Amino acid sequence: MTANGWLQIALYLALIAAITPLTGRFMTRVFNRERTWLDPVLRPVERLIYRSTGVDEAHEMRWTEYAMAMLLFSVVSMLLLYAIERLQYWLPWNPQHLPGVPPELAFNTAASFTTNTNWQAYAGETTMSYLTQMAGLAYHNFASAAVGIVLAIAFIRGIAQKEKDALGNFWVDLVRCLLWVLLPLCLVFSLVLVSQGVVQNLRPYDTATLVDPQTVTTTGQAGTTQTQVVRSQVIAQGPVASQEAIKELGTNGGGFFNANSAHPFENPTPLSNYLEMLAIFALASGLTWTLGDMTGSRGHGWAVWAAMAFLFLAGVTTAYWAEAQGNPLLTAAGADQHVTALCPGGNMEGKEVRFGIADSALFATVTTDASCGAVNSLHDSYTPIGGLVPLVNIMLGEVIFGGVGAGMYGMLVFIVLAVFIAGLMVGRTPEYLGKKIEAYDVKMAMLYVLIFPLVILTLAAVSVLFPFGTSSLGNAGPHGLSEILYAFSSGTGNNGSAFAGLNANTPWYDLSIGLATLVGRFLMIVPMLAIAGSLGRKKRVPPSSGTFPVTTPLFATLLVGVVVIVGALTFFPALSLGPVVEHLLMLKGQVF
Amino acid sequence: MRVLRNLIVAVLMTVVTTALFGFGYPLVVTGLAQWLFPAQANGSLIVRDGRLIGSRLLGQPFSADRYFHPRPSAAGPAGYDPTASGGTNLGPTSKALIDAVRARVAAARSDNPGTPVPVDLVTSSGSGLDPDLSPAAALFQVPRVARARGAGPAAVRQLVEAHIEGRQLGFLGEPRVNVLELNLALDAQFPVRH
Repeated sequence: MTANGWLQIALYLALIAAITPLTGRFMTRVFNRERTWLDPVLRPVERLIYRSTGVDEAHEMRWTEYAMAMLLFSVVSMLLLYAIERLQYWLPWNPQHLPGVPPELAFNTAASFTTNTNWQAYAGETTMSYLTQMAGLAYHNFASAAVGIVLAIAFIRGIAQKEKDALGNFWVDLVRCLLWVLLPLCLVFSLVLVSQGVVQNLRPYDTATLVDPQTVTTTGQAGTTQTQVVRSQVIAQGPVASQEAIKELGTNGGGFFNANSAHPFENPTPLSNYLEMLAIFALASGLTWTLGDMTGSRGHGWAVWAAMAFLFLAGVTTAYWAEAQGNPLLTAAGADQHVTALCPGGNMEGKEVRFGIADSALFATVTTDASCGAVNSLHDSYTPIGGLVPLVNIMLGEVIFGGVGAGMYGMLVFIVLAVFIAGLMVGRTPEYLGKKIEAYDVKMAMLYVLIFPLVILTLAAVSVLFPFGTSSLGNAGPHGLSEILYAFSSGTGNNGSAFAGLNANTPWYDLSIGLATLVGRFLMIVPMLAIAGSLGRKKRVPPSSGTFPVTTPLFATLLVGVVVIVGALTFFPALSLGPVVEHLLMLKGQVF
Repeated sequence: MRVLRNLIVAVLMTVVTTALFGFGYPLVVTGLAQWLFPAQANGSLIVRDGRLIGSRLLGQPFSADRYFHPRPSAAGPAGYDPTASGGTNLGPTSKALIDAVRARVAAARSDNPGTPVPVDLVTSSGSGLDPDLSPAAALFQVPRVARARGAGPAAVRQLVEAHIEGRQLGFLGEPRVNVLELNLALDAQFPVRH
């Protein structure tokens, strides 16, 4: 660990704190339909969209209609993506003449991008045409991010309003989020990324002549060896920057290329890397301010922010320590992992030199705190404890800033639970910002909390029991269990990053993870919106001496406690058989 | 009734927003990028005598003694194949990983006995396309390269030091050496007679 590494981490959190009021205040204005400086340009576009799609701006929706509209939009846009993938061979902008995507993989990908997961069982550069990447995948980066954000806004409205049935208009919120929040940020950010070297073109792949041609010997079937001289390098191209920008800002995480943000064309410099990490938290962190703004309690917004920041720091500290410490087995093999002024040291397997240990550990923490899932290093090759951090971040429900919107409403469910537990401790009816939390709300919150581990643990259990699950493993021993646990946590949590040694492009994993992404998104949204609807209808009771204040450090501590305890109780047994036991065996010098 | 209404809106909304965000947005960004940053937008390509040699952002395989070798790569059989980007994904207790590192360490030590082998020289990157080495890993190879080119180690070392890129803005990322650029400079300054 180096002072420079800590400086980058500390500055990162400081910058996120500084961005929070900016994005937060702007989102409040956008969703309250107040005037912004972008109105002269965007308002006419907005009206045109409503006119051409038949949206009535003045119509307000109950939570049931809000949920229905959201589901219909997701289903229709998912079907379109599936169709684009299957038909890409006959569509334009396919200079490499890539064939249509096979059905299971197309389903998996459509489900995964519609749910903001962006789990990728394919390699982008050899599977998806430019048209599919732009109009199918990058489009869903926008759509799914906007859906997440407006759901969080609907939840916040439910808390803020009193004795009102409606939560807003899904279509209006969606369009305003796309036009005002996501589009301007992405236009600027994508051009900044291009200036750093991220590619943005529609050219066919280039072929370069190697300076030093390589003679490669490959062993074919039946043990015959073949010698072949490689003289050229095919350079994959594409409209990358436009997708890269929304991939981070919308916490989507689906890479244009297989190597995701480790690929130099997606993330060429330490600066592009730093900006990508800032973009991942920018909107999710802003929503804590929006929460404070809309509910009239800025202090509450910051208390939630502080709980998130604490969990973030705990994660990044652990991951940075573990990776900088390195792998004792590599030392035994003769590699020098010491940090010097000329070498980053540490566990560099799966990491890029330009990022080194600090920026890799920070990225891994940020991308799994949020439900982003972009990676700039391979989590599968992290040390057991270093890899435990992203896995646990996902298992805690990705509420540490979290996915755009999804992190906010996930945390709101935990807040309902925290307030409920505080109420039980003092023996009074729990209240949250003047709303009584009653049996119905807590039941829905528990449903939200229980669906998540149920899906992960059930599907992981099935996968370890049968050959169709274990034959995909890329690593043996406890690390294999970690790969499977990570896959279903990532899918259900709508993260999308992977312990990528697992070959997930098999019928079993394509279908089960595709299904897990859908359940983890939509089945959890319904109880969440039900709480919002229920809270919105309630009277507001004035605070009394028995009210548990939600702006204090005590509240933030309790919230952290609830998040950690729920996660730990659910997943500790499984984790102890995966990363924990692997760590102990690594210290003993055992390999698999 | 309300379901049907919202279904119609959903279909129209998908069409309209796909036109705007699936086509309009990326094409506008492509136009602006090609106008403002044409070199970067097309891959930071290096052309020599009219021939495309590579991209300064993508590593290339080098195995001859007279060149600096990049990090091991899991992208394609020869390594550094941009149509197969990715890493080994081997875990920390993988026998395959530890055995491979041990073999690479042994090979490196025969080039430069007595010097510790920097970890990045014997581990693969996540992308398989890492264009860089740590300065330590580049300096480690100076004796072999100098020997193969019949050049003075001090002069080769100087060339490496001239190619060290510091942290961006003084504090971001890690110091590094771009291997392709270093090798091209090497060919220019210490040509090898064939």
